[in-house]
Amino acid sequence: MDVHEYQAKELLAGFGVAVPKGAVAFSPDQAVYAATELGGSFWAVKAQIHAGARGKAGGIKLCRTYNEVRDAARELLGKRLVTIQTGPEGKPVQRVYVETADPFERELYLGYVLDRKAERVRVIASQRGGIDIEEIAATDPDALIQIVVEPAVGLQQFQAREIAFQLGLNIKQVSAAVKTIMNAYRAFRDCDGTMLEINPLVVTKDDRVLALDAKMSFDDNAMFRRRNIADMHDPSQGDPREAQAAEHNLSYIGLDGEIGCIVNGAGLAMATMDMIKHAGGEPANFLDVGGGASPERVATAFRLVLSDRNVKAILVNIFAGINRCDWVAEGVVQAAREVKIEVPLVVRLAGTNVEAGQRILAESGLALITADTLSEAARKAVEACESAKNSTKNDR
Amino acid sequence: MSILIDEKTPIIVQGITGDKGTFHAKEMLDYGTNVVGGVTPGKGGRSHLGLPVFNTVKEAVRETGATTAITFVAPPFAADAIMEGADAGLKLVCSITDGIPAQDMMRVKRYLMRYPRDRRTTVVGPNCAGIISPGKAMLGIMPGHIYLKGNVGVISRSGTLGYEAASQMKALGIGISTSVGIGGDPINGSSFLDHLALFERDPDTHAVLMIGEIGGPQEAEASAWIKENMSKPVIGFVAGLTAPKGRRMGHAGAIISATGDSAAEKAEIMRSYGLTVAPDPGSFGETVAQVLKAA
Repeated sequence: MDVHEYQAKELLAGFGVAVPKGAVAFSPDQAVYAATELGGSFWAVKAQIHAGARGKAGGIKLCRTYNEVRDAARELLGKRLVTIQTGPEGKPVQRVYVETADPFERELYLGYVLDRKAERVRVIASQRGGIDIEEIAATDPDALIQIVVEPAVGLQQFQAREIAFQLGLNIKQVSAAVKTIMNAYRAFRDCDGTMLEINPLVVTKDDRVLALDAKMSFDDNAMFRRRNIADMHDPSQGDPREAQAAEHNLSYIGLDGEIGCIVNGAGLAMATMDMIKHAGGEPANFLDVGGGASPERVATAFRLVLSDRNVKAILVNIFAGINRCDWVAEGVVQAAREVKIEVPLVVRLAGTNVEAGQRILAESGLALITADTLSEAARKAVEACESAKNSTKNDR
Repeated sequence: MSILIDEKTPIIVQGITGDKGTFHAKEMLDYGTNVVGGVTPGKGGRSHLGLPVFNTVKEAVRETGATTAITFVAPPFAADAIMEGADAGLKLVCSITDGIPAQDMMRVKRYLMRYPRDRRTTVVGPNCAGIISPGKAMLGIMPGHIYLKGNVGVISRSGTLGYEAASQMKALGIGISTSVGIGGDPINGSSFLDHLALFERDPDTHAVLMIGEIGGPQEAEASAWIKENMSKPVIGFVAGLTAPKGRRMGHAGAIISATGDSAAEKAEIMRSYGLTVAPDPGSFGETVAQVLKAA
């Protein structure tokens, strides 16, 4: 799960990481009020979206007067901001963060990530902050300072000190940076973070170290014990169908193709998409109904897939282990009763209670195409999709 | 032979009195697995499915001589259950649970290191379908009837894709020595590499099918190891050729997994290390058959 910059900064501040003073605003008037409350005469108005590279995309505006703050907020709020990380459709800007824009001397990079290979938290820092860290990794990997945290004892002071000295800081700055590095690590650990990026981490003239930007992602599996973070979730930043799917414990990702997929297990779901492509079709979505899928959940899956207007055929592929084919079959029948399925439906059932499942489908009287193997199912789905497309053409 | 489990392996079920634990313990017993008891804290002293229930794993090990456990424990308590098994001296703990926080698994992996290698517990999973040695024992949630007994080892991150491979092989009369689901989480108890090493030493395994997915470094590491250490042929596959690139907020994750994360890249890495790669997920059976014929 991702959160906005201002939410990440609130969390970090709670763990003692120094951040610039700021306030969130939902309207231009609120933005001006925030600026007056913050004081000073130089502010940054920052679009709050779940994506980076906002600066280059015009999502961060520096303002010297209240009028400029108002104009900046007016321009950003309500628009969809497109950055290199959002994809062409962009993300809606529904809130801006107004921050005091103090001058700074240096820009550094500080990141924390769950390293799958080391199975540990890795801390990454660089003297070259403010720019794309991926680019540095590719062109100048020696500029990256990396430390792996031993999970039994956590990040140690000496490690933070090593990082701080390698960042080329003076002794006064080192002690501020060590605090920041340690406290940000605690925030990452205690909030079940999967990624924390402070880019840039800036050093001011008076030797303070501030998190000027912050991005934070969290482990979805840990949200049961992090209610405060789960509550920060902003559904406007994701695909509404994905949000709807998540509410029903389904995992859905919309794609551009025409064959809707309903599958159990992420691996089999990906393999089904691969098989459709191999048979000459294009999958419309990834959908994993998960283990122990009830008839209700299967019916919800149908509604989701059918809400995509591009879908010309549906392929249901269930290999039941912890699932049961009879439940899935009941779900198919229930969905067909509740939701009007006007596209051809190919169903392949295998595994636990397969005979019972096939019996339920046969006795339902539904017009569906059955298949025994994955290859056959994909081939039939592609054929059905092609003939559905041809018949709509003929209707015109 | 087989790896990890056979008909004699004495097994306990952690979380045996819950719905899932009950259902799958019964399935495992019906398959002929040597299930000797169960653990549910607070329900010790009872009998469930005709088996003794204990409060702690240590007690269960002492009374039944169990060497192996399968855990059906809710995510908040699952890491604790695995560590309890390790501390009780179990050789193998298989965790089915989907949804364990990554930091909990990080701690589990670190905890296992406190035991010397010869006494260290092997953890399979979490978020996996378990292990089956067809005709001998089932330590998992898979439908047992789709597996034929034979000489091919299977290791799969995805449970259901492992079922798919098993049923395609059965249709062609190809059997399996042991099938291991290592699970789809970012941090696994054990990796492709751990089980490849076991299959290499198992005289009854003649070839291995390794089914990977997009994301993570495991498939590439295992492929490099195969080239150097494996005498038996390995067939590979990576699901997710059509999967969209992951959307992410920052870049920190991309630094450590910059190369070889996509399915196409991983399949290419497998080929470069001499694995035979199945062209599509409908061809597991045929590809294994071809490799066995050539061997």
